[in-house]
Amino acid sequence: MSSKHLRLGAALLCLSATTTLVSCGNSDDDAAGGRTTLNYWLWDDKQMPAYQECATAFEKANPDITVKITQTAWGQYWQNLTTQLTSGEAPDVWTDQASYYPQFATSNQLLDLQPLVDRDKVDLSAYQAGLADIWVKDGKRYGLPKDWDTMALTYNTAQLKKQGVDAAELDKLTWNPTDGGTFEETIAKATVDTEGRNGLDPDFDKNHVKTYGFLAEWADGSQGQNGWGDLAAANGFTYVDKNPWGTHYTYDDPKLAETIAWFKRLIDKGYAPRFDKQSSVANSELLIAGKGAMMVSGSWTISTFTNPKNQQKFAFAPLPTGPNGRKSPINGLSDAIWAGTKHPDQAWKWVKFLASANCQNLVAERAVVFPALKSATRKALAAHQAKGDDVTAFTDVAAAKGETFQLPVTEHGTEINPMVQDAIQSVILGRDKPEAALKSVNDKVNDLFK
Amino acid sequence: MGADTAVAPPQKGAGSDPGKARAPGGARRSRDDRKAAWLFLAPALIGFALFYAYPTLRGIYYSFTDYNLLTDPVFTGADNYHQLIGDEQFFNALKVTGYYVVLNIGSQTVLGLLLATLMHRLTRSVALRAILLVPWLVPNVTVGLLWMWMLDANLGFVNHILDALGLGTTGFFTSPTWAMPTVAVVNTWAYTGYTALLLYAGMLQIPHHLYESASLDGAGEWRMFTRITLPLLRPVLALVLVVSLIGSFQIFDTIAVTTKGGPISSTRVIYFYIYEQAFTNFHMGYASAVAVVLAVILGVLTAVQMRLLRASRSDLA
Repeated sequence: MSSKHLRLGAALLCLSATTTLVSCGNSDDDAAGGRTTLNYWLWDDKQMPAYQECATAFEKANPDITVKITQTAWGQYWQNLTTQLTSGEAPDVWTDQASYYPQFATSNQLLDLQPLVDRDKVDLSAYQAGLADIWVKDGKRYGLPKDWDTMALTYNTAQLKKQGVDAAELDKLTWNPTDGGTFEETIAKATVDTEGRNGLDPDFDKNHVKTYGFLAEWADGSQGQNGWGDLAAANGFTYVDKNPWGTHYTYDDPKLAETIAWFKRLIDKGYAPRFDKQSSVANSELLIAGKGAMMVSGSWTISTFTNPKNQQKFAFAPLPTGPNGRKSPINGLSDAIWAGTKHPDQAWKWVKFLASANCQNLVAERAVVFPALKSATRKALAAHQAKGDDVTAFTDVAAAKGETFQLPVTEHGTEINPMVQDAIQSVILGRDKPEAALKSVNDKVNDLFK
Repeated sequence: MGADTAVAPPQKGAGSDPGKARAPGGARRSRDDRKAAWLFLAPALIGFALFYAYPTLRGIYYSFTDYNLLTDPVFTGADNYHQLIGDEQFFNALKVTGYYVVLNIGSQTVLGLLLATLMHRLTRSVALRAILLVPWLVPNVTVGLLWMWMLDANLGFVNHILDALGLGTTGFFTSPTWAMPTVAVVNTWAYTGYTALLLYAGMLQIPHHLYESASLDGAGEWRMFTRITLPLLRPVLALVLVVSLIGSFQIFDTIAVTTKGGPISSTRVIYFYIYEQAFTNFHMGYASAVAVVLAVILGVLTAVQMRLLRASRSDLA
């Protein structure tokens, strides 16, 4: 009896799943009464309300256009987009990302916006420096900047205070791959074993750690944006011969090997979780659960940590200064138009609106992400301050000269990701020596460009 | 597939001969049958052609092309297959898939047999049978998420208990040593009930008097299991093995949810590799070539298994 019910339930579930899928595939080109429906895709659910507000404002100004927003989680976004492109049912406009867009650009899926930018005299200097030019390949422009992000340290204020580390110290941490500088010292202090001894205590028991001083990210592709890449850059590592569109990677640079070796020592000392004993859940979850004291995080996750529902309180500090200075990646997103859209004029209107102060100011007020326009960035900062959150660690680094760098944008990006990630994981696990593993993977990566 | 081989429609030439010998009315009837046969077969045939034959042929064609999904495929001959021979990741994928199949089929079959025997010999409670099937009814994505949380190294319930017992914690899904066995155990948990039910159905076909006379002769449960149940269950067992072997090779969802092929490619199974090649790296042509090779491997394995287990013959007849 009960099994029959369950089976019926399962069948119904499947049925509802299929109907949703089918309805997802529907394109609504019902130009009833001369109205146009534009399909717009994004992945961040936290940004959805802000862009819905933009869409409403846009529809008010353009009564003949309706914008339909679809949000798909990051994990499925690119696969879904590819499938839709293949079947000729792609959204008219979608949120694009620097390491994914080369594939779309080289297979002629994106509309060149340069003629439209020239025609309508869009002021590209109004955006944060460098953000507009990421989207230019061979003289063609494949998107207008929508927002940007940088990296900073996120720490548990109570835990660090208890170990005698004050906020002012955290603002000027130094790091080097030899002894780890004051950064490693702070991490050691913040690491506490089950008996309450911190990492500097001679009796510290590294096998029974209650709170790790630092949570490192090892599923971080070929760029290490959430940790190793930032420190490697602070040590002088540059990834690739030129950026964007470089053709020769330099993962064999000893500066990277030194950095990874330092992380390995950090783990061996018990200050960070061992690779084979780490969580499957995100580091941010562990930090919020009080299992770690510090991690590197991106500005797009600010609201995760400032959420008043968190039991622990968190604050942000700039990344440590390395031998080559402080280095945070600056990354931007854009809105791109599908080359196959049936409504290029309306799509351009929408993209221009998304990139304008009218929309970006609305996004700024929500304080979830920093809009690409300098004026809107200031508004977002003010909105954060109004909520009582100090996020200057993210904005100062963007404003400072020479403290940001662009992550590599090249062909074969998605193939390189697992290759480099595997090599770095095997070093962190202690299976391979850093120099040998990175040299070997660098050869394989560069073979892709032959 | 079974439908069109079992009820093959009569050939045009063959149908007219016996018709002549019979009354004229009979001849017309046989023509009517033929029409009706095609009519009834049509849905199955169309479905087969549309959803199996056409995609298979197209997949084989793609395997000889360079196709990135977004531009038209370009014929490149056997290039993809040449590349396959030197592809470390492909052989790694075969290796870890093989490892998974051995672990999963082994544990699932032994446990399934045990449960089926208990259901057969000890209790025939319908409620119990239904409960055994519950894990199989839970969607795989839910199963994956559930176990991922329970087994988490820092926040998981299981590690909490292990630590309290003084055994320390283990990153079940994050250690390259444990990730694959963990996935295998999780899927064993999910599928054993179903396997047990199939085997139980097979056991019900074994005549009850065999057990009665055996117990009169003083045979114990173990002896009855090895001498009666196991030999007479062979055709069903063979079927279950073939079906679960193929299913096991197709492991994908649990991995996509929990480990995503990591850590260090220790769970990058063949299906996940095909998926990544096709939809992350946009190498649809190459992914098709890997899929064709997988289909060939599965075909050979199934044929060998059927042979070895004499699956089409029963000892009961």
